[in-house]
Order: sequence, then C-alpha cells, then structure tokens
Amino acid sequence: MDTLYLKNLSLVQFKNYTEASLSFSKRINCFVGDNGVGKTNLLDAIHYLSLTKSYFNPVDQQNILHGKEMFMIRGEFERAGRNEKIYCSVRAGKKKVVQRNGKAYDRLADHIGFLPVVMISPADSALILEGSEERRKFMDTVISLYDKSYLHDLLRYNRVLLQRNKVLKNAFKTGLPASDDELALWDNQLIPPGERIFSVRQTFTEKLVPVFQEYYHKISGENETVSLEYVSPLFEMSFPGLLMKNRDKDRILQYTSGGIHKDDLLMKLGGFSLKKTGSQGQQKTFLVALKFAKFAFIRETNDIKPILLLDDIFDKFDPRRVTEIIRLVSENEFGQIFITDTHLDHLEGILKQLDADYKVFKINEEIKIIRQPVS
Amino acid sequence: MQIGRYSSRLLEKAVEEFSSLPGIGKKTALRLVLHLLRQDKEVVERFGETILRLKSEIQYCKSCNNISDNEICEICANPARDHSLICLVENPQNVMAIENTQQYNGIYHVLGGLISPVDGIGPADLVIEPLEKKTRKGEVKEIILALNTTMEGDTTNFYLYKKFSEFEIKITTLARGVSIGGELEYADEITLGRSIKNRTLFVDTIQL
Ligand SMILES: [Zn+2]
Repeated sequence: MDTLYLKNLSLVQFKNYTEASLSFSKRINCFVGDNGVGKTNLLDAIHYLSLTKSYFNPVDQQNILHGKEMFMIRGEFERAGRNEKIYCSVRAGKKKVVQRNGKAYDRLADHIGFLPVVMISPADSALILEGSEERRKFMDTVISLYDKSYLHDLLRYNRVLLQRNKVLKNAFKTGLPASDDELALWDNQLIPPGERIFSVRQTFTEKLVPVFQEYYHKISGENETVSLEYVSPLFEMSFPGLLMKNRDKDRILQYTSGGIHKDDLLMKLGGFSLKKTGSQGQQKTFLVALKFAKFAFIRETNDIKPILLLDDIFDKFDPRRVTEIIRLVSENEFGQIFITDTHLDHLEGILKQLDADYKVFKINEEIKIIRQPVS
Repeated sequence: MQIGRYSSRLLEKAVEEFSSLPGIGKKTALRLVLHLLRQDKEVVERFGETILRLKSEIQYCKSCNNISDNEICEICANPARDHSLICLVENPQNVMAIENTQQYNGIYHVLGGLISPVDGIGPADLVIEPLEKKTRKGEVKEIILALNTTMEGDTTNFYLYKKFSEFEIKITTLARGVSIGGELEYADEITLGRSIKNRTLFVDTIQL
C-alpha cells in the first residue's frame, strides 16, 4: 500500500485567508476554532489540490478573497515516497492553472485520482435529502476514480440522451410524432453505454454495501438493519425492451423516461426510509459509514490511503459515536486525517487515549499551533 | 464596449462585421480593419470583390456536394480517378485533409453535416440524394465512411450504413488510427493516409 500525506500547505487570497502557511502531522491534524473563522476553508484548499475544485462552491472565482483578483494554493505531498508539489491558481477572467512539480496539466482530469481525498461534511446530507441525482453522482465520482472507460460511457450516454430528447421535443413542436426509425437510431447508440454503466454500478454497489454495513454497525454500536440498495429500471427489463415499451410515453412526455439516468440508491433503516424516519444522528451515522466505505473502496482499488477530511462531523453525534469514529480513523486502515471542530477539550480528550500522533491548530485571526506531534 | 469609442461610424461598422467571424474578437477585428485601411485602394478592392464573388459564384458540385467553381468539381471531373470508390465525409475540410495524404484515388461525397438534433440537423437534412442515385445506377462499388469519430459521427455512420446496406456494395470505414472522439482535420497526414489504405468493413466495427 502506497503512503500519501500532505506535508505543508500555503494559501494566498483563498476564501477568508489573505495568507497562511501550515505544516502537518502525518496522521491526525485538528483545526479548532469558532464558527466562521475559516476552518472548513482549509479543508477545501486541500480538496482543491486533490480534485482541482472546491467541495462547496463550484464557481472558482467566488473562492477568491473578497475584493482580490486571484488566489493561489500550494501543497507539498509525499506520495509513494516521492515528493509532489501541487500548485493551483485561479485568476479573474483566466483559465484555472494546476501544476504538478512545476508542470501545468493540459487536462485537469489527468490529475484527478492521483492524490485522492475523501471529504465528510454536513453538506453531505444532500445525499439523503435531495433527489436521486445526488446519489448517482456519488456512485459516478467514486467509480470514475478507478474506471476511466466508465466516465467515457457516462459522457457518451448523456450526449445521446440529450440528442434523443431533442428529437422528441422537436417532433412535438412540429406536431408529427418522432419516427420509429429516428428513435431506433438513437436507441442503438444509447443501449451499449447504458448497459455497461448498469453492470459497473451493480458490481460497485455489491462490493460497497457490505463494507458500508460493517462501518455503520461499528459506529452506531447497535444492531438495527441498515440497507443500501441499488435500484434501476434495468433490473425489471432489458434496456432495449424498456426503450421500446416507453416509446409512446416518451413521445408524449418529450423526454426519455426510462434508463440508467433514473437509477437510485435506496437508503433504509430497519426496513423504513432513512429520509422519512431516521433521526439526525442515524442519518449522520449513515453518511459517515457510507463515506468510510467509499474511502475503503478507493484504498483497495488504487492501493493508496486517501487523505480524510472530516468537517464538523461531531455536531449532533452522541459522545459514544464520536469516540467510535475517532477510534476508527486512528486505526491503520486510515492514513492522514484533517478534523475541524469547535471544541478542543472534547476532541483532545479522545485523542489523548489513542496512540496516534496528532497536531492541533487553533484558528482565530491567526493560526496558532497549540500541540506539536510527539515525534 | 463603450458607445462612441470609435471616431467613425464606418470604422465601427467594419469592426462589427469582422468580429462576427468565428474566433475574431473586437480587438483583433479593429487591428484587421486598420490594417486594411493602410493598404492601397486596389488591394482593398480586390479583397472586397473576392468576398462578394465567393458567395455569388461558388457552387456545390452536383456529383459530390463539395465546394466547386463549376457544376462538377475538379475531382469528380478527373477521369483518372476511380469513380466507383466513394469516400463519404462531413465537410470540404475533410476532403482537403484526405487529399493531402496523396493516398486516395477515388472520389468523395460531402454530407454537409452530421445528424445532431441539438444543432437542428436531422437525417433528412443530410445531402445524400446524388450518392443514392449513383448507387442505384450501379456506378458505386464501395463507400468508405470517413466521418469524425464523435458520437454524432458514429450515429451518422450507422444511419448511412443501414441506408446503403440494401445495395450490393462494400461499405468500409477508416482503420481506427484516428483516435476516439478525434476529428479528421486534426489527424496528421501519415495516420490518416494509413487509415484510409487499411480501411476495414464497417460491419466489423459496430460495437459502439
Ligand atoms: Zn464533385
């Protein structure tokens, strides 16, 4: 297993930071401070260096310090024994630049997956509360990290879907129904990538679910049955059959009503909908377990431990679950970890009982190191 | 752009026309216009006349739909070329790219676009009639499908394959030296030349 950790980070005009420079412990790093001081922004900077974008705000320009023209993030990683200097900058009106060891990437996609991180944040509740698109995006981002042809299929599928829907819409406008021949032409393009995506998602969830369940039980300490089920219209019927069956319906709706673009992950607790009946604590446990499973999945497929970013996850958790999470991440299955929290006492109380090395940064107007690693 | 920034209405209008061209911004347009202004009168007149004649006199070859000075283009009019071998391409640039390889002695057919409903192009908008006629008359032995390997290119290839499979002709496609999602006009001459010589039966490549 290859090692991965961030040695140091420096920011210029990124979000609320005019300038900041930090160097980290190989294991656990805690950012402690009041709400609104910018703890999360430090995690987001690390996210930028890994995935070339913010976890929270997709508009790069809006991550520039207010009133300034540009931001820069620099980080020095150690990956598989090699030093990797990553640089990311965004300038108003210019293309984003990401460099590895001084060389700019032509395609940002080539960088993604090289220095994997997994973020766990309160914003993840969208996975439970929002529509199925969020859950498909969850599957797609994890799978794309290890299966490049999956991304290709996905782009192709979406492009064909766009064209097919346009055919249905145009036909509706002219008053003549879209011809069978023309729909068959697009079906023929839609089916192969659609079937491949279905099969990859099936394999993915089969591997992910048991790991997820194990983590859920570890964190909750309870035996409630928890389930995550991949649902797709393609379980009921072959894709060609489905498209044929829906053809008349599609003509009326003016879009393609059935396909892997309708897939979902059903989340249940004790047989009931997690969204409707789960408590906030149960929902949070579900999300953390899901992200830990994602972590384990990336670790196994890429043979590297991703960096774990835990944003304010202890809010709404009982102390027992918090202790369990910290204990889990300090085990050897995890690598470098960044945690934000408002209260130091609580976090440090747990950390002191574990033998993992940790470093604490107190974030106010300035960043102060209040605990150095022992080593 | 600020109003009244130009000292002349005529200048402003000229800049506007130039900047309506693809890839030309206001700044470049202004530079081009000022450059033209500095030239001799004859030079500018020749420039204008060429553009006027371009639109009014240029024709589309009745045989292959390529841009031409005459009713039948030079390639179609050349008896030394193999008229039973047709290379089917999207646009005139593609013809130039394949001609540059000097590896091809058949003639062409220019579709004028790819099937793409979002761009307003359906199967009925492709120019196929002349080719269909020729094929029906038995003048065609082989059609080489040489469209860009984008999704729309693949879709159009497949559409044409089905359309022409009723005839007793060979339907082939370029060997995939041209990368997936690649465009013919950007492929280098050697790769393109090789892939047209080593073309394969289209039916063997259907696996999307
Ligand atoms: Zn011609």
